[in-house]
Amino acid sequence: MKKWISLCLIAMMLAGMCLTGCGGKKGLTLNVYNWGEYISDGSEGSFDTIREFEKWYQETYGEKVTVNYSTFASNEDMYSKISSGAVSYDVIIPSDYMIARMAQEGLLLPLNFDNIPNYQYIEDTFKGLYYDPDNQYSIPYTYGIVGVIYDANVVDEADSGSWDLLWNEKYAGKVLQFNNSRDAFGTAMYKLGIDVNTTDKASWDKAYDELLAQRPLVKSYVMDEIFNMMESGEAAIGAYYAGDYFTMVDAQSENVDLQFYYPENTNFYVDAMCIPSCAQNKELAETFINFMLSEEPAIANAEFTYYASPNSIVYTNDGYIEEMGGEAMEVLYPELENFAEAYNKLAYKNLDSEALGYLNTLWENVKIN
Amino acid sequence: MKTSSKIYSSIVFAILFAPILVLLVFSFNESKSLSVFSGFSLKWYQELLKDRNTLEAVRNTLILAASATVISTVMGTAAAVGINKLRSKWSKAVMNTVTDIPMTNPDIITGISLMLMFVFVGRLFGASTSLSFWTMLIAHITFCLPYVILQILPKLRQMDKSLPEAAMDLGCTPMGAFFKVELPEILPGIITGAIMAFTLSLDDFVISYFTSGNGFETLPIRIYGMTKKTVTPKMYALATIIFFVTLGLLLISNLVDEKDEAK
Amino acid sequence: MRTANRRHPQNGYRMALAPYSIWSALFVVVPLAFIAYYAFTDNQFAFTTENITRFFTATSNIVQEDGSSVEVRTYLLIFMRSVKLAVISTIICLLLGYPMAYIMSRAKERTQKTMVTLIMIPMWMNFLIRTYAWMTILQDTGILNGFLSALGLGTVHIIGTEAAVIIGMVYDYFPYMVLPIYSILAKLDGRLLEAARDLGCGSISVLRRVIIPLSMPGVISGITMVLIPSISTFYISQKLGNGKFFLIGDAIEGQYVANNLHFAAAIAFILMLILLVCMAAVKYVTARYVYGGDEE
Repeated sequence: MKKWISLCLIAMMLAGMCLTGCGGKKGLTLNVYNWGEYISDGSEGSFDTIREFEKWYQETYGEKVTVNYSTFASNEDMYSKISSGAVSYDVIIPSDYMIARMAQEGLLLPLNFDNIPNYQYIEDTFKGLYYDPDNQYSIPYTYGIVGVIYDANVVDEADSGSWDLLWNEKYAGKVLQFNNSRDAFGTAMYKLGIDVNTTDKASWDKAYDELLAQRPLVKSYVMDEIFNMMESGEAAIGAYYAGDYFTMVDAQSENVDLQFYYPENTNFYVDAMCIPSCAQNKELAETFINFMLSEEPAIANAEFTYYASPNSIVYTNDGYIEEMGGEAMEVLYPELENFAEAYNKLAYKNLDSEALGYLNTLWENVKIN
Repeated sequence: MKTSSKIYSSIVFAILFAPILVLLVFSFNESKSLSVFSGFSLKWYQELLKDRNTLEAVRNTLILAASATVISTVMGTAAAVGINKLRSKWSKAVMNTVTDIPMTNPDIITGISLMLMFVFVGRLFGASTSLSFWTMLIAHITFCLPYVILQILPKLRQMDKSLPEAAMDLGCTPMGAFFKVELPEILPGIITGAIMAFTLSLDDFVISYFTSGNGFETLPIRIYGMTKKTVTPKMYALATIIFFVTLGLLLISNLVDEKDEAK
Repeated sequence: MRTANRRHPQNGYRMALAPYSIWSALFVVVPLAFIAYYAFTDNQFAFTTENITRFFTATSNIVQEDGSSVEVRTYLLIFMRSVKLAVISTIICLLLGYPMAYIMSRAKERTQKTMVTLIMIPMWMNFLIRTYAWMTILQDTGILNGFLSALGLGTVHIIGTEAAVIIGMVYDYFPYMVLPIYSILAKLDGRLLEAARDLGCGSISVLRRVIIPLSMPGVISGITMVLIPSISTFYISQKLGNGKFFLIGDAIEGQYVANNLHFAAAIAFILMLILLVCMAAVKYVTARYVYGGDEE
């Protein structure tokens, strides 16, 4: 009896899912490939970007479009899939240095800006950045600066202010470091004042020694784990993206008092929307990008990701400013005389394959020590 | 059961379910944190039900697991019957080795090897997408098959070999003899094999990670992708629901068994 | 037709085996050839043995506790560490799992079924989520330490140590050890044990002379099913090892993400060869010494 029930259950499950799976897949399809948790998805009453786009498209053009939304864990992860030629996505949102690399390798398509009139809202200082000097391939989605987050209940304020805090022996076992090669080496190189895009192996070696020296102090090499570790007081010092600091503050435990600052030299980054050369429906992709730049989705995404938006409709919007609060606005949108200049100086650029290979070897060595 | 056995198995089950208790507790957390409990709320369950992408990932995971289970069970049953009847020592040895390979190969190797092949073949034919639902399905069937076969083979060996012969003497075709005599005998093995295949497919991440492609995102891939931002208690809520559904099915099937026995 | 079939039922069985044979050839054997092909070629698909030599010759400096540094072979070291953790986890799994399987096999039939299901249920929640939950438990400020300090027992530092990685592996692969052993033990004829006792065997010697030898096939497949995935895991080491444990699985995944497919394939290829040889050896030895040369 039990056997037949389990068989029936499996059969029913299969039938049920085939029905839901095969229905409703007519019309256009748009494949979007983005970081995990990097788009307003309707949670906690927010704007459901994907569903709203489908609705809006149907209303405007009278045609049904289905968005297949997939996520990746890192730029490199995404690059491996795209460059293998094994997948085809219509819209991707990589970071700056990866855009430079993909453009150079012919993996991106030039955009037709006639289909993206909302591009006008992007502030000029975010145009013509090093990774896309002629504004051909990309439209910025978010930008930000890496800063240091610390627990004021553990760390003396006098010790804060620079990268040295991550190397301070007083806080051995309380320090978090990035668990990816580029960002981890970045912290050491900004600390030492070395150009993060150098091809000089001796400079990389210096940063490597710095990371080795830090290793005994490091509690953990982290990516998303930093959220839990900082919130619970498991760790007290860590570098991460500015906006995420506020997410952590929202969830911090009672005996934790998280604070944030920008060290003098630090990483500036831009994540931008692009169309890869494997795209199947370029025009639809451009329509989607244009939609992302329009008021409601742009504000919703900025609020959801907690990252700064290069879109002028967003950061001049009163509702948005109020929602984020004074402190967040100050941290996310620091007054800079010239963003483009600071950015082009401090951002990660695409390394040639030799430097990349060397970086990877050094990183493996840091990890096995 | 002896007391010592009871104590031991209780401890084992307590440890086995400790993380699930943690999931359960934090799924009711008010804040986004997975380590600081700030208050009881059902909001993550509401969030989960509204999150279309996650629900779609759940659906995809179930479709994949169910299809892989059905196909690998059918193909595996046929294969087990065939292998059992092989006469030459050599062909037996070959089939056993081939069946062993996916089991003695780490999943990371199975994943990478299949990915390399799919990508290469895709390029050869100039396909725009070579990784898709189908490649994942193939991969899942491939690693489920040996488990199914190894569940069924022992049952076939235990079976009285004269049974199907007797059936054929009484006028059954070999096919008929199989369905009427052999199949009921090995059914417990088939069911265990199917359940194993389903479980393995649900639990897999590594092979899916390498063979996944366009627009078909399964749950583990979605969770793994959450490394820039944090994994939310939504996922814990989901795990809790899965747990109670499984537990419910178990209870129902036990009750049905009890009724059967009472008859 | 019917008579023809009756005379050659063998044909029917061959037909039944055909789909699986074709499937295995296409999706088991050919992909392995691709691993070898990638392992022995460079980015332009020209033949090279560089990837393989790199695995054996790449060196790096390890800083020791006293501050001096020593040169080691990078990947051999990573491999040895992975083997060490995997072997420890497998032994613990076996020591914990065997009694469990035995208890299960001696329980009432209904209890047996329930227990098997209970062992499998955690696997229905993906292991990524379960590993995440373990982080919450094992952290310094986590649940376990909260529990211990509430009892006045002080705290233990587990997360980020070898112990944490081993706990993660043992937890995740425990069912793979219990189920195969259980399925063999459950079939053991109770009369056999009684006979052994009647012939004057004590409980311990029944266990040693009868039960353990008869359950060896289950033990072997349990060991295989735990050892293999724990050698190659990359998620558990990242999450529970605080990113400080770099195992062979991390190396393969790292090279894949860095888009060095050929070197990733080379590491995979070498790992595969080593494991296949080990497993063949284990089979040979058990076939020879446990079953006295009879293979079935």
